[in-house]
Amino acid sequence: MKQTIHFKLNGEPVQIEAEPNLTLIQVLREKLELTGTKEGCGLGECGACTVLINGKAVNSCIFPVMETDGKNVITIEGLADVDGNLHPIQRSFVENGAVQCGFCTPGMVLSAKALLDETPKPTEEEIRNAIAGNLCRCTGYLQIIQAIKEASKKI
Amino acid sequence: MKKFDYLKPHTLEEALSLLSQYGDKARLIAGGTDAIVMNKQKKISPDVLISLQGIQGLDQIESNGTFKIGALVTHRTIEQSERIKKRFPLLAEASSVLGSVQIRNVATLGGNLCTASPSAETAPSLLVYEAEVLLVSRMEERRLSLPSFFLGPGETALDKKEILKEIILPSPPPNSLGAYLKLGRRKSVDLSVVNVAVLLTLDPKTGICERARIALGAVAPTPLRAKETEKILEGNLLDERLIIRAGDWAKQECSPITDIRGSAEYRREMVAVLVAKAIKQSVKLPRK
Repeated sequence: MKQTIHFKLNGEPVQIEAEPNLTLIQVLREKLELTGTKEGCGLGECGACTVLINGKAVNSCIFPVMETDGKNVITIEGLADVDGNLHPIQRSFVENGAVQCGFCTPGMVLSAKALLDETPKPTEEEIRNAIAGNLCRCTGYLQIIQAIKEASKKI
Repeated sequence: MKKFDYLKPHTLEEALSLLSQYGDKARLIAGGTDAIVMNKQKKISPDVLISLQGIQGLDQIESNGTFKIGALVTHRTIEQSERIKKRFPLLAEASSVLGSVQIRNVATLGGNLCTASPSAETAPSLLVYEAEVLLVSRMEERRLSLPSFFLGPGETALDKKEILKEIILPSPPPNSLGAYLKLGRRKSVDLSVVNVAVLLTLDPKTGICERARIALGAVAPTPLRAKETEKILEGNLLDERLIIRAGDWAKQECSPITDIRGSAEYRREMVAVLVAKAIKQSVKLPRK
């Protein structure tokens, strides 16, 4: 039986009816048509599906949608401002060549955002630790680390 | 994924009564990083998931008097908790290397124990601290030591009508030093090939080891204490020869299997290496 849940998505309140066995990513992509969040492994190992829930990075592919009730969810669509200007982290990824095929990028950017919100001036070790759960199959890790470092100087 | 209902009780009493109402058809879910994955992989197929996330207080750490960690405290909270880092550093260390930030933000201490993986990240540290778990049912509460809680891979003493409410940690003796070491194929998002925790209490004057606690993970059906190895250390001065001997003894106390992460032989050898290394690291002897 479908259940109704309410949560805040990228700053806007949403109300949806969903089957209780769905994961958050299914609802984001299939019901709300926000396809910026990517599904990689589907098992919480690759981090492509990373979103922020109450400011914390979470794998949306194994997160029961029912647990988002009353929470604050941020996806990659929520980062640019209303005029479409990229968030400083996104701009830094572009400027530092940190985007190759792009599949890991939304997750990487959100892991970076969770880190910088908590630790505005992270060490390289802290950056590496923050994205240890995000796989980049293009293996462009050094540019990604560089992009996060540069972004930390601008925020 | 198979369809299931999702119930979110607000009190422990309500959760317990739902548990008896649905019996075998229900399964408890805390962070869900194991439960949802197992469901996707069809290893479990509950009709009802009973979430513990709506119950107040289960995500609290209590440090006045007896130190208690609620079952729903996440590994991220543990890794960042000043109280835990100060009093139970080996647990903070174990939680800090579990999965990834994304997993640690959601996965819980109680969940890690109830999944009862032989390689459970936090088990060796909790074993050397002699932690206990508080299990509650509608009728009673009982406290179990971890060795009596773990029964086998994925199997615990938790009855179908019980919920693990909290983890109780007695204070280790003063002057206790320890180390937690994890050997994995990669640093993050993988299970341990072997994990080892060591907690030693030395006489500050003589340097003699008064008390030793050693626990091994991923090398037997359950995480376990290496009690014979502990005895070898107790009452003695920890020199190079004794430390090597302790490692060799620990090898005999485990019963590893061969799987995709490593062979039984390799695991056994690594137990010796890691136990010796963890002892040296605890007492700050130079590594050789």
